[in-house]
Amino acid sequence: MAGPGADMQWCFSQVKGAIDDDVAEADIISTVEFNHTGELLATGDKGGRVVIFQQEIENKNLPQFRSEYNVYSTFQSHEPEFDYLKSLEIEEKINKIRWLPQKNAAQFLLSTNDKTIKLWKISERDKRPEGYNLKEEDGRYKDPNSITALRVPVLIPMDLMVEASPRRVFSNAHTYHINSISVNSDNETYLSADDLRINLWNLEITDRSFNIVDIKPTNMEELTEVITAAEFHPLHCNTLVYSSSKGTIRLCDMRESALCDKHSKLFEEPEDPSNRSFFSEIISSISDVKFSHNGRYMMTRDYLSVKVWDLNMENRPVETYQVHEYLRSKLCSLYENDCIFDKFECCWNGNDSVVMTGSYNNFFRMFERSQRRDVTLEASRENSKPLQVLKPRKVCAGGKRKKDEISVDSLDFNKKILHTAWHPQENIIAVATTNNLYIFQDKVN
Amino acid sequence: EEKRAGPASTLYCADGDDSLYPIAVLIDELRNEDVQLRLNSIKKLSTIALALGVERTRTELLPFLTDTIYDEDEVLLALAEQLGNFTMLVGGPEYVHCLLPPLESLATVEETVVRDKAVESLRKISQEHSPVDLEVHFEPLVKRLASGDWFTSRTSACGLFSVCYPRVSSTVKAEIRQHFRTLCSDDTPMVRRAAASKLGEFAKVLELDYVKSDIISLFTALASDEQDSVRLLAVEACVSIATLLPQEDLETLVMPTLRQAAEDKSWRVRYMVADKFSELQKAVGPEITKNDLVPAFQNLLKDCEAEVRAAAANKVKGKRLNIMLPFIRLIQYTNQHVKSALASVIMGLSTILGKDNTIEHLLPLFLAQLKDECPEVRLNIISNLDCVNEVIGIRQLSQSLLPAIVELAEDAKWRVRLAIIEYMPLLAGQLGVEFFDEKLNTLCMAWLIDHVYAIREAATCNLMKLVEKFGAEWAQNTIVPKVLGMANDPNYLHRMTTLFCINALSEACGQEITTKQMLPVVLKMSNDQVANVRFNVAKSLQKIGPVLDNNALQTEVKPVLEKLASDQDMDVKYFAQEAISVLPLA
Repeated sequence: MAGPGADMQWCFSQVKGAIDDDVAEADIISTVEFNHTGELLATGDKGGRVVIFQQEIENKNLPQFRSEYNVYSTFQSHEPEFDYLKSLEIEEKINKIRWLPQKNAAQFLLSTNDKTIKLWKISERDKRPEGYNLKEEDGRYKDPNSITALRVPVLIPMDLMVEASPRRVFSNAHTYHINSISVNSDNETYLSADDLRINLWNLEITDRSFNIVDIKPTNMEELTEVITAAEFHPLHCNTLVYSSSKGTIRLCDMRESALCDKHSKLFEEPEDPSNRSFFSEIISSISDVKFSHNGRYMMTRDYLSVKVWDLNMENRPVETYQVHEYLRSKLCSLYENDCIFDKFECCWNGNDSVVMTGSYNNFFRMFERSQRRDVTLEASRENSKPLQVLKPRKVCAGGKRKKDEISVDSLDFNKKILHTAWHPQENIIAVATTNNLYIFQDKVN
Repeated sequence: EEKRAGPASTLYCADGDDSLYPIAVLIDELRNEDVQLRLNSIKKLSTIALALGVERTRTELLPFLTDTIYDEDEVLLALAEQLGNFTMLVGGPEYVHCLLPPLESLATVEETVVRDKAVESLRKISQEHSPVDLEVHFEPLVKRLASGDWFTSRTSACGLFSVCYPRVSSTVKAEIRQHFRTLCSDDTPMVRRAAASKLGEFAKVLELDYVKSDIISLFTALASDEQDSVRLLAVEACVSIATLLPQEDLETLVMPTLRQAAEDKSWRVRYMVADKFSELQKAVGPEITKNDLVPAFQNLLKDCEAEVRAAAANKVKGKRLNIMLPFIRLIQYTNQHVKSALASVIMGLSTILGKDNTIEHLLPLFLAQLKDECPEVRLNIISNLDCVNEVIGIRQLSQSLLPAIVELAEDAKWRVRLAIIEYMPLLAGQLGVEFFDEKLNTLCMAWLIDHVYAIREAATCNLMKLVEKFGAEWAQNTIVPKVLGMANDPNYLHRMTTLFCINALSEACGQEITTKQMLPVVLKMSNDQVANVRFNVAKSLQKIGPVLDNNALQTEVKPVLEKLASDQDMDVKYFAQEAISVLPLA
């Protein structure tokens, strides 16, 4: 991979979605995920739809115009439902998408809303059968007496058609809202986590799942924390982690016992007493946890920072990056407008050397780990000319505002980047603003 | 073969529209939008093939089917199955290789059931290949699958090695061994699992020297795979491999791996050892069992994971006494789940141990378990009492049984109460009428007024079974008066229970008791102020009618039913009229 991260120049490649300022609720992007080769990029939205983009084959003559992503398949994954027993509306919003490792010519992904996980097959068809005995190809029936010989249909080529078909529906296993799904490296199981429980499923079996973590207290009044995210280790099929609203991460070893109520590691950083405030607990809640590709580290995102943990060190993170420290003085107003509860996600680049996460004002941040350098970039319509290089942005935290700096007070908190994804091999990133998906790539010299 | 099938098909078609038309429909429905119709057509594929003749089946039908792998799973499953029986329809063994392309594409679909069925059919038709065709057509297919891009095809290949290996030349044999070896160290755990699960089967067809050289190293590698889902499958393979090897090689070739599996870090692997214990024991023989497996088994019974202990406990039955007893004593240190599993098998041991050993070793355990805090443990002991009864007689236990039964009978959980009710007839039979009257009768009557309907219903059914056991006279003296007494209960649910009991008991009690004692009560209840009771009177009369004599029916039942048929309540009317129409009332 070319020189990664902050050092690198990023340029605009594509933007997907309507240009309208008037955003329809259903169009708000709720998850973004590359598949394992990066050839496909899936987004889910609040309207329950999944849109899959496919990377075009590179044009060797025009290296600067490489790899555009175009719509490959769009389908309605979830519909709004109503739980009559509990009088609850179940939103169709797609909370997470996870691709399965490719098993044959077709592609498979899991999508989930608050309650139901579905396994989808996305397959191509380029042939269609032709020839009937009893009717013409246009459907008109033939005179049965005219049939003197049997005709076997033949397959003839046709324009490529991409079909998405639901293969499995995993339902009725979650009392609370599902926040995470994660496919195990054994390729036959996956986990789903809600606020209080984690279930383990076999990908082929829909009528039963095993509850492996349950943190629900007998008396709900004693509830002090909830599960916010969970993920399997990328290589060790027995290891999973889950993060909590208290800022801790628990690592479970499924080899030890069938129930993972007892964690084998607890990652927790002692709180800095000088920063203690009314909001401490809220902002320490972890909104996302991701293992590095090599499985040695994991990254967590809380409201103000990104932390990288070495799996072998539980007492503190090995790296801490401030995402938007200038907001610490604004927590009161961010609490009032509910922004403090925003769930920012985070992601690794292909070789784990850079981490990326979102912020407000359509800003997103990259941290280059070895150089300890970082950059703030912006996804906006203004710099969306082909191959335009993104200018690093700076926020003025106080004092005299320099030219090209933006003051904290003029940040737009309605424009937030919660979901980002990094191509598993190349320097191509997908960044979701409210209803647009931006694709950026590194500048090829 | 072709000569015979040829003329037959011409005849069939030449016959005119009558015979052609249904086939034409079947062929068209192969691509109907309705899955059910497609499925029907696929299930009649042999009819289509027969009509087309062997030549067109090979050149037209099979190529079409090869490309239909877009279809629904159930259609593909049916297709994969059909093709396994298609040899004659393509022209016999000479042409059987024509079936390979469609089965090859079916062997790569994502649905495991379909792939497995395709592999099953491929295994079947492999036997119909001549040795030459096997090398020219079948073995290349196995190789293609084994080196396929996607793991679905490679997993399918794992199941095909063992069927072609015995029938190919030694050069090809070497290639097959190499392919299997490669798949055992495949990148994806799915393929390694498939290889591990076929390791035993493949070992069986290999020459002993290769078993010792190749298979053992593969077995050792799979048994120490980084994924526990692979390691646990090696335990299964261990059984087959151990049976193939001479006793003197077991210690060096198999036992180190097995010992390691029994102490694996992952509970799922240890569970597998516990679960396969009987098979393993048989495979390694008595000497190794005594020296190696027994201590391992003891550890599994003490395992920190309850699932492992339970699996081990379930295998206790069938072990020899000296091996068994130390474990059984362990139950006091173990948890509910395991105790309950052990309780369900421990009673069966008495038949193996005989009277003296049972009294000496098992009786104290039964007694302890009868006092266990977990109702499930107590219930498992009581539900298996019949085994002990055969050996030592239940009297030995009766004094300890009683408190346990009484406690379960009054358990706060109705499902526990329900379970013990179901064992009442069995207990009554074993304890005898005297003991029953003295100690258990009160319980049985108390259930009739339980606040849970399911318990009252089960209690009624229980009474019927008791009457069948102890006879009508006993019923008349002990339970009928009590049942009839409830007819005056202020609670209408209890009054209804009287009716339900009468429904259940009338047949067992016979005509005299029914007419003289029960009928008057039922008739009297037709004046009940609760409509539910009244319509149940109508239902009861319909039910006990066949037991009554004609005189009672005409003079007593008929007027009451007629009165109820003009009741103001709709349901009462309905059931009264139904009874009138069913009973032989003139």
